[in-house]
Amino acid sequence: MSATAILDWTEGGAGLAYQHCPACQARWYMHRDFCPHCGHASPVNAQASGLGVIYAHTEVTRAPTEILRQYAPYTIVLVDCAEGFRVMAHGQAGLRIGDRVTAEFIEFGDRIIPRFIAAGD
Amino acid sequence: MSYITGGGLLPYGKHPGRDTLGLMSDAATLALADAGLDRADIDGLVCGYSTTFPHLMLSTAFAEHFGLDPHYAHGVQLGGATGFALVMLAHQLVDAGVARNVLVTAGENRMTGQSRDAAMTTLAQVGHSRYEVPLGATIPAYYALVASCYCHEYGVRAEQLAELAVMTRRHASMHPGAQFRELITVADVMNSKTIAAPLKLLDCCPVSDGGCAFVISRTRGNTHAVRIRGTGQAHHHQHISAARDVSAFGAADSAARALAAAGVKIEDARYLAIYDSFTITLAILLEEIGLTPRGQAGEFARAGYFDHDGERPMNTHGGLLSYGHCGVAGAMAHLAEAYLQMTGRAGVRQVKDASLAFLHGDGGVLSSHVSLILEQV
Repeated sequence: MSATAILDWTEGGAGLAYQHCPACQARWYMHRDFCPHCGHASPVNAQASGLGVIYAHTEVTRAPTEILRQYAPYTIVLVDCAEGFRVMAHGQAGLRIGDRVTAEFIEFGDRIIPRFIAAGD
Repeated sequence: MSYITGGGLLPYGKHPGRDTLGLMSDAATLALADAGLDRADIDGLVCGYSTTFPHLMLSTAFAEHFGLDPHYAHGVQLGGATGFALVMLAHQLVDAGVARNVLVTAGENRMTGQSRDAAMTTLAQVGHSRYEVPLGATIPAYYALVASCYCHEYGVRAEQLAELAVMTRRHASMHPGAQFRELITVADVMNSKTIAAPLKLLDCCPVSDGGCAFVISRTRGNTHAVRIRGTGQAHHHQHISAARDVSAFGAADSAARALAAAGVKIEDARYLAIYDSFTITLAILLEEIGLTPRGQAGEFARAGYFDHDGERPMNTHGGLLSYGHCGVAGAMAHLAEAYLQMTGRAGVRQVKDASLAFLHGDGGVLSSHVSLILEQV
């Protein structure tokens, strides 16, 4: 899969991207042009399935800016993704730690962001 | 070897009309007077940063303003851990013979110098600019995520975290310089506005104006010096999304390094000064360092264990939660109180035994850790 085909919400695409290292097999979320574990210079960009498990959650009542105030309250979650990395995102209200979830992508402020909802069984 | 030979702490709250350099100067003036030193005696200067006065060279901007001509000057940025990191740096500079008397000073008009939105937006930037901040995450939200894990893992209820806010307010009620002195109950905390669930307004430290300064010296110089016996740090992550293990953020590693440097055990510490930006911060730090069993910090607070007449007094000035939080000087107030306690100058708050003190600060989202161990001489 080429880098250009991978959808990444931080670049406006409706997808979660991650990276892995062909040398040490490490996996991580925040983009780099090297492996932060072994220093390998050619990490692989990959598309995540969007499936995962809720690791932590909070409902934000007090938004940081006037523009975001209209969205409050909103739920922020940490999700352990199936591919082996952790991501911060929005979440459906009422999610609990350990819930199996899947990602959708929504408008928030002037951008698109990931939001996790309960996964069907 | 180094000694704290002078300290100065301003009241926290509103200081209308005072700016960063003004508050840093006010605190430095108090510290110099306490140490019995003049400007000419200061040959080292370390300071942090100010969100209301962002400057590439805060240490030399302050030196010029205050009228110092240091041989060594240095600005440090480690978020909430900065204050104790400055003291550690001053200790190492003195120990290495770089300077004889290092002034550590901090101050900021964080409350009156900007809007609340501006403060929240600036502080949220310790989050990741690409992966976290665009989600509308805030500092309370980052810590609330940690709190959700903590409550889930150890079966702790929000009411038990609230005990830590009740305790610090009890302490602040005995200090005339504290921003909030009116006693509160667990019900008051639970009924206060939710900021980021499970954290309520009274689980969060306020935004304050204030300042605090110390002189760290090679020789004792006066009758109220305490010795800096050991220091340590740990930095495992910056962003909460990237924290590897939420039961080991780095507090225990930092504490272990300071304890090893001092040649003492954590059980030896008689007085505690622990960073408390949120009730969850204090619970996590106390428990990771091993000062209470996991999930028990709130219960210990409720039982009076940390009160000035308790088994192990802690944050007897009221901590960040009630004395106030003005940035770099925020945690330095914990040290100012420890210094008063260790030199028998804490008045009505005086504890019986402050012969050995353990201090711990964190910056970011439990990201940067600094531990200090002080002893009476």
